[in-house]
Amino acid sequence: MIIFICGFFMLFQYFVPHEQSEFLYEFIALDWPPIIGVFAMLLGVMSLVRVTIIRIKRRSPNWQYGYVTLAGLASMLFFGLVPGFGGQTSAAVQWEFDFIVRPTEATMFSLLAFFIASAAYRAFRARSLLATILLASAIVVMVRFMPLGPLSGGAVWLSDWILNVPNLAAKRAILIGVGLGIVSTALKIILGVERSYLGRD
Amino acid sequence: MTSHQQQRVIPQASVFLLLVAILLCVVPAAWAQAPADTMMAPDSAAMMMPEPPLPATNVQASDVPNDHGHALDVTWDLSADDMAGHNDVLAYRIERTPRFEGPFSPDSVTPDGKEFILFHSAVYGEAVWRLVQGQWDTIGPAPSGETSYENRGGKDRTANDFFPDYTNFEYRVITTTANRGESASAPSAPAQAYGQWLHLGKIQHIGIPIAIFTALVLGFIGAAKRGRELYIRPLSGISAVDEAIGRATEMNRPILYVLGLGAADEIATIASLTILARVARKVAEHRTELTVPCYDPVVMSIAQETVKQAYLDAGRPDEYHEEMVHYVTQDQFAYVAAVNGTMLRRKTATNFYLGVFYAESLILAETGSIAGSIQISGTDRVTQLPFFIVACDYTLIGEELYAASAYLGREPKLLGTLKGQDWAKALFIAATIIGALGAAFQVQWIVSLFQMNF
Repeated sequence: MIIFICGFFMLFQYFVPHEQSEFLYEFIALDWPPIIGVFAMLLGVMSLVRVTIIRIKRRSPNWQYGYVTLAGLASMLFFGLVPGFGGQTSAAVQWEFDFIVRPTEATMFSLLAFFIASAAYRAFRARSLLATILLASAIVVMVRFMPLGPLSGGAVWLSDWILNVPNLAAKRAILIGVGLGIVSTALKIILGVERSYLGRD
Repeated sequence: MTSHQQQRVIPQASVFLLLVAILLCVVPAAWAQAPADTMMAPDSAAMMMPEPPLPATNVQASDVPNDHGHALDVTWDLSADDMAGHNDVLAYRIERTPRFEGPFSPDSVTPDGKEFILFHSAVYGEAVWRLVQGQWDTIGPAPSGETSYENRGGKDRTANDFFPDYTNFEYRVITTTANRGESASAPSAPAQAYGQWLHLGKIQHIGIPIAIFTALVLGFIGAAKRGRELYIRPLSGISAVDEAIGRATEMNRPILYVLGLGAADEIATIASLTILARVARKVAEHRTELTVPCYDPVVMSIAQETVKQAYLDAGRPDEYHEEMVHYVTQDQFAYVAAVNGTMLRRKTATNFYLGVFYAESLILAETGSIAGSIQISGTDRVTQLPFFIVACDYTLIGEELYAASAYLGREPKLLGTLKGQDWAKALFIAATIIGALGAAFQVQWIVSLFQMNF
């Protein structure tokens, strides 16, 4: 019932531009979620701490990194929340962010380059007609960025055609399907047809 | 030359010399640049004033439709000099009366309802504004050739851009030229801004299609409830779910379910949660270990309840423990690092990646491949689908993610929604073809049907 009322209200509000309707939307959809999110974050942190402690207690594989997790969590919280250290913009928090968080994020992101190469090596094999077309298209698009002198114009034209015609057509077709799927799923949830996410059939 | 002739020449020479002297004195003075104010006579100065252009005509102000109020649309007919060559119009300046001064705190000014008016809203603030009748304020410019201007403001009564609704305003249009000539139009009739309770544009272009879609879905749900057999094509990714869970059970290795990086309000995440419920029930029945690392704490809370209920429905409530569904971090690559670590340490037999994914999709899928897991993925993010298709064993593409729950449950109501969705897609394709043909052959009434003006 709550889901039906809230879902129907959001649907109704979309078609009512009046100021009063906008206020209700801002109050319900924009003001409340951050408050709920903050409390949910508290639950999340508690969950993380509990799971890490259990992993340390059970001496699960690489349990030592559990201490690293807890130490990182504790230090960020300490320097960010305890008065006197400057809060979120304090030097300590900034140092941790600049010299620990950002380099590790960059490291993970850089793995993409190698994974793309390995995935491409596995995927671009001329095992069938469609796979061969895929391989040829990939080569054309990659060659586009190479300095080919007099051949650059043709490579750019062909690459742009591949990206703007067949590729874009397929992308739009998928997006149309996704849009209809979104409407269908939302209707199912609002009307109570789909309740498995609540744990009920 | 006789003396008489000499007497006649001397006066003539004097006259000639006198004329030359006059010329030498007057001409340079005439050629010299004199200050304009010392040179210009008053009636000559009037002749140098810029010529005013012909004014804009038929100035009208009206409420902007389909909005929350706080906006007026000003329209006018072009000046006859606009793009006419002679004394061409440079721009239009829109002016409004009464002058709107404020905001003033209600404690500082006593509103009298005439000049000082209190504008009040329970949610958008309260402030006193002063309306100075007869004073014109410049609202904005419009280039030559333009015939409309939207005067839009805010709804916060305490903000400087507040535009009051239900208040009379008049407008006039000042036509200006490049040589600073100006002419004012006649003022418009008073107009008020007010909010509408129904957005007719959205009703036409969105409400009606949704109504048709809903009717189709409800119709097929009814047909399914009456026992009509509904065929849906098989999806290999869904068919592999049982096999994947069975594999994990036989290998005695855990199943990893990644809900993605979306928030709880994203439909893909909700669709993933519906699939998680069904997968968790099968996992509970097989007594296989399940781990669900979460990116969003709200999603974690929902997923915990979903999995707990699934274990309860499977008759194994004692086998559920909260560490199955746990929060990791809300940082993209830190989350990926944690999930990768889980995959490699625990050697998960089956990985589900269902939901919203971004750049980390390939990292997850490749790491799962290294760990030797069977991988079933699904996302509505078109940019990540190629990575999943390449690196995963089975991929649910776009709308298949939303249909997966119906495939797994096989309930008539859910299958009915799938059929309704398919028929809606067929109608959509037909409309696309009709619209494309209409645009190609310039059939205006077809083109206008597809124009969205909001």
